[in-house]
Amino acid sequence: MFGIPMSKKTLLSSKEIHIILHRLACQLIENHHNFENTVLIGIQPRGVFLAERLVTILQNEYAIPNVKLGLLDITFYRDDFRRREAPLEANKTHIDFIVENKNVVFIDDVLFSGRSIRAALTAIQSFGRPSDIELLVLIDRRFSRHLPIQPDYTGRQVDVINEEKVAVHWKEKDKIDAVYIINN
Amino acid sequence: MSQLSVQHLLGIKHINKADIDLIFKTADHFKEVINRSIKKVPSLRDITIANLFFENSTRTKLSFELAEKRLSADIINFSASQSSVKKGETLIDTANNILSMKVDIIVMRHPNVGACDFLSKHVNAKIVNAGDGTHEHPTQALLDSYSIREKLGSVEGKNIVIIGDILHSRVALSNIYALKLQGAHIKVCGPKTLIPKYIESLGVGIEYDIKKALEWCDVANVLRVQNERMEVNYFPSTREYAQLFGINKKLLDSIGKKITIMHPGPINRGVEISSDVADSDQSIILNQVENGVAVRMAVIYLLAQQIQQ
Repeated sequence: MFGIPMSKKTLLSSKEIHIILHRLACQLIENHHNFENTVLIGIQPRGVFLAERLVTILQNEYAIPNVKLGLLDITFYRDDFRRREAPLEANKTHIDFIVENKNVVFIDDVLFSGRSIRAALTAIQSFGRPSDIELLVLIDRRFSRHLPIQPDYTGRQVDVINEEKVAVHWKEKDKIDAVYIINN
Repeated sequence: MSQLSVQHLLGIKHINKADIDLIFKTADHFKEVINRSIKKVPSLRDITIANLFFENSTRTKLSFELAEKRLSADIINFSASQSSVKKGETLIDTANNILSMKVDIIVMRHPNVGACDFLSKHVNAKIVNAGDGTHEHPTQALLDSYSIREKLGSVEGKNIVIIGDILHSRVALSNIYALKLQGAHIKVCGPKTLIPKYIESLGVGIEYDIKKALEWCDVANVLRVQNERMEVNYFPSTREYAQLFGINKKLLDSIGKKITIMHPGPINRGVEISSDVADSDQSIILNQVENGVAVRMAVIYLLAQQIQQ
């Protein structure tokens, strides 16, 4: 291809992610104490890694047992069905509890347009009426929102232009913890 | 692979193994959805579906209707018995009139072989075959295989016998195509008069002895005797049929292993299958009905995905 070659810039290193995850875990504890009435919901597919990591930290390092974690797939609730070039593949939804009157925390890796979270807000209604819903994201891409949705807990805010892509890599899947900004 | 290789679901003959895998994978997700307390997703809220039933149906019609509603599609229903077809309207005219009302998908059952194929060439909508005469009934075959996969883990390598009126059965033909694609071993069993000539050319075995057939198989798919399609007598009496090819508890217990019993419905209790077998724990007849909704949701969802915005 001609033009500018693809560039890849590291936004967060493995060590920085480690610190941020602990900070996010502490912020959650600050607001939710022992998580008695709180459930965490990882948004499929990429929010699940972050959610599982936070649960491990909460359990192992802050001795909070029984943190409830659910996985929510939003494919069938998206507003861009038939409007995308490539069809989307669904993932598993696994929520083995009722969210009625619970404090729900949505967990996703990158907040961009806000449309995924809009879909998640609709999808979660199938499992009851939560008393409130918060949003935790590792990366908040500022100034790129299509909808009035903002995170309650943020790992790092970034200003990137639309052509740039934020790629979050997790050890479990991509061998290394890192966040890159990729310019095509 | 996340898209079907076909534009319509006219028959299993036109699809491939990857299509079946994709339909089943999607159906797994929808099965989880229909077991929630709120059993609905908004995916197809801007899609309109017409259900054209030129032949009687209870299960299939309800199942399609429910699948469409669970996907939030708008639906219109049409039964030939209460329509202008009685006044002499042609199939294309009927379909085009319905399409003028901006319909995206047509689900059709028709007594004539090839009616869906014909319609797909003449109207601009996605067509799902819900049974065309004695030809194919693809969604039934898909839900049958899906139910076998759910019960036994996979279809590949399993011995499956299809018992009864093979000659008039669209379920049998679609099942043979579907099971072959997935690598199952198939035999058909029934009175000689109800086994079509040259059926071996599809790669299936023939067994006239019901006991031997049951001893051989892991799954027995028992078909209904379709009296309404028989212009002549294919066997002397219903009683004789029940004695020679009917499955009862005594016969089932005598084969020394636990096989799975399926039936596409409606059941003629006491003819092809006795009540104690139909209601036993070996029967997955009601699971088939539940899976039917999930599988039809998957088929409609995947076809709707191809419709250009």
